[in-house]
Amino acid sequence: MLYQVFVDPFVQMADMPDLLVQVLWEGTVAGVLYALIALGFVLIFKASGVFNFAQGIMVVFAALTLVGLHENGVPAPLALVLTVGVMYALAWSIERVVLRPLVNQPDIILFMATFGITYLIIGLGEFIFGGRPKAMITGELFLPRGAIDVQMLGGRVTFQKLDIAAAVIAGLMVAALAVFFQRTRIGRALRAVADSHKAALSVGISLNQIWVIVWFTAGLVALVTGIMWGARSDVSFGLQIIALKALPVLILGGFTSVPGAIVGGLIIGIGEKMGEFYWGPLVGSGIESWLAYLIALAFLLFRPQGLFGDKIIERI
Amino acid sequence: MSAAAPRPGEALLSVDGISLAFGGVKALTDVSFDVRKGEIRAIIGPNGAGKSSMLNCINGFYQPQQGRITYRGVERRQMRPHEAAEQGIARTFQNIALFRGMSTLDNIMTGRLLKMKVPFFWQVWRHGPAMREEIEHRRFVEGVIEFLEIEHIRKTPVGRLPYGLQKRVELGRALAMQPELLLLDEPMAGMNLEEKEDMCRFILDVVRQYGTTIALIEHDMGVVMDLSDRVVVLDYGRKIADGTPAEVKADRRVIDAYLGVGH
Repeated sequence: MLYQVFVDPFVQMADMPDLLVQVLWEGTVAGVLYALIALGFVLIFKASGVFNFAQGIMVVFAALTLVGLHENGVPAPLALVLTVGVMYALAWSIERVVLRPLVNQPDIILFMATFGITYLIIGLGEFIFGGRPKAMITGELFLPRGAIDVQMLGGRVTFQKLDIAAAVIAGLMVAALAVFFQRTRIGRALRAVADSHKAALSVGISLNQIWVIVWFTAGLVALVTGIMWGARSDVSFGLQIIALKALPVLILGGFTSVPGAIVGGLIIGIGEKMGEFYWGPLVGSGIESWLAYLIALAFLLFRPQGLFGDKIIERI
Repeated sequence: MSAAAPRPGEALLSVDGISLAFGGVKALTDVSFDVRKGEIRAIIGPNGAGKSSMLNCINGFYQPQQGRITYRGVERRQMRPHEAAEQGIARTFQNIALFRGMSTLDNIMTGRLLKMKVPFFWQVWRHGPAMREEIEHRRFVEGVIEFLEIEHIRKTPVGRLPYGLQKRVELGRALAMQPELLLLDEPMAGMNLEEKEDMCRFILDVVRQYGTTIALIEHDMGVVMDLSDRVVVLDYGRKIADGTPAEVKADRRVIDAYLGVGH
């Protein structure tokens, strides 16, 4: 038994390195998508201290809007632009209707309010676009299809072109966000707000404006996530469950760290696939769906602030 | 926006009949006073007298239920904190409010945010006008750093600094905004004698060098009497005295408030 758990999987890895590369790649792609979802959470949590339960449904809503517009005869590029506009309108309304009246309320109130937003968006989405699953307009958005086979390590590794595109686009978006927040006035203001609302207000930063910007940014991240995830499965309301996959990522990476979200996403993604492939057979497979939570639980025990999160020191 | 900037000696800010209540608790009742251009105006009073509430009303953190606030000759009804900042009102806090994750330099740079006008797509490339703007603001901030004698902690994350220096960085951030009116909430609280003397010197120099008008809250009576041109005294949310330090010191009601009636 010990042999099967601690030795055999590694022997397999060494025996078939091509298979290992394939598993690692699959894990990386899943991890990138987890990281994107977690990124949406982190942005909002940093700026407003709100754990946004609605992030998952924002992913679905963005993807639905895009596909729905296209179904109604809007050309794909225009539909993309319009969807961006819709995400801005959503951010603006949330700030106006939900965040502003609830400012200075306890965090739990705002958290509950995001539940409200979730169900409102579900209802709105079903009302406008119907409840049927839709296919993502992959081809119209010029996303590649097919696969590349690479001969390596005495075997063959298959890379889906779509997965490569997803990794590249996610990477570009993270880089763009990093540059934006590092260099611009708005980025500086955002970091200031993340540190202290009171001090940020005193130097003339408008919290309302910053909130619209972060919710809009989280909306854009949701849109990209929705396109990528929707291209792998269908676009349906079931997709919002992936928001729950972001939880272990956040626990691992810390709720306030952008690099944490990325590294956490990759660890969960790769860990999940490796676990499923090499250790899954020992317990009859199917561990992919819960392994992430187990990893997160272990982290909560030993490092509750996550890998990169701010250490919480309470004065008593 | 800036209706005829007041000349030295004229009222820069006047508050008139301000009342503020939180539910049943009356923080301020019918308080009126003015702050003249170029002076140091102290607000004193026992704990819970409503001093901080008064500052919070002036810079828009609180909205008083009654009364008028006139700043630069313009009466305003509701003003939000970021609007107050845009109009040249800067402040520090009783319990330091700094951006703890950032360095001293970055903290003070946030004071320049409102003055940065170049659109973000230039800033992203660190190029052309954005670069020039950044350099210009950096130069101003370096001036502030030199003025406050904190060159040695330029790159230190402020969370690691001792209390006295944090207070100084906070003052630096407010100065970087080039405010017309500077509100200081207990700038010397918790400092030792040497740090207090430094801070006094800085406050006097700020008025002299930058021409800033200052309204400050302070508990150290020696400091207040030395620094301020005029003093307003609050007790239980009401104004009980207003005048020069000497006048206030001799006021019967002030002595009662501080030492208790029947001393």
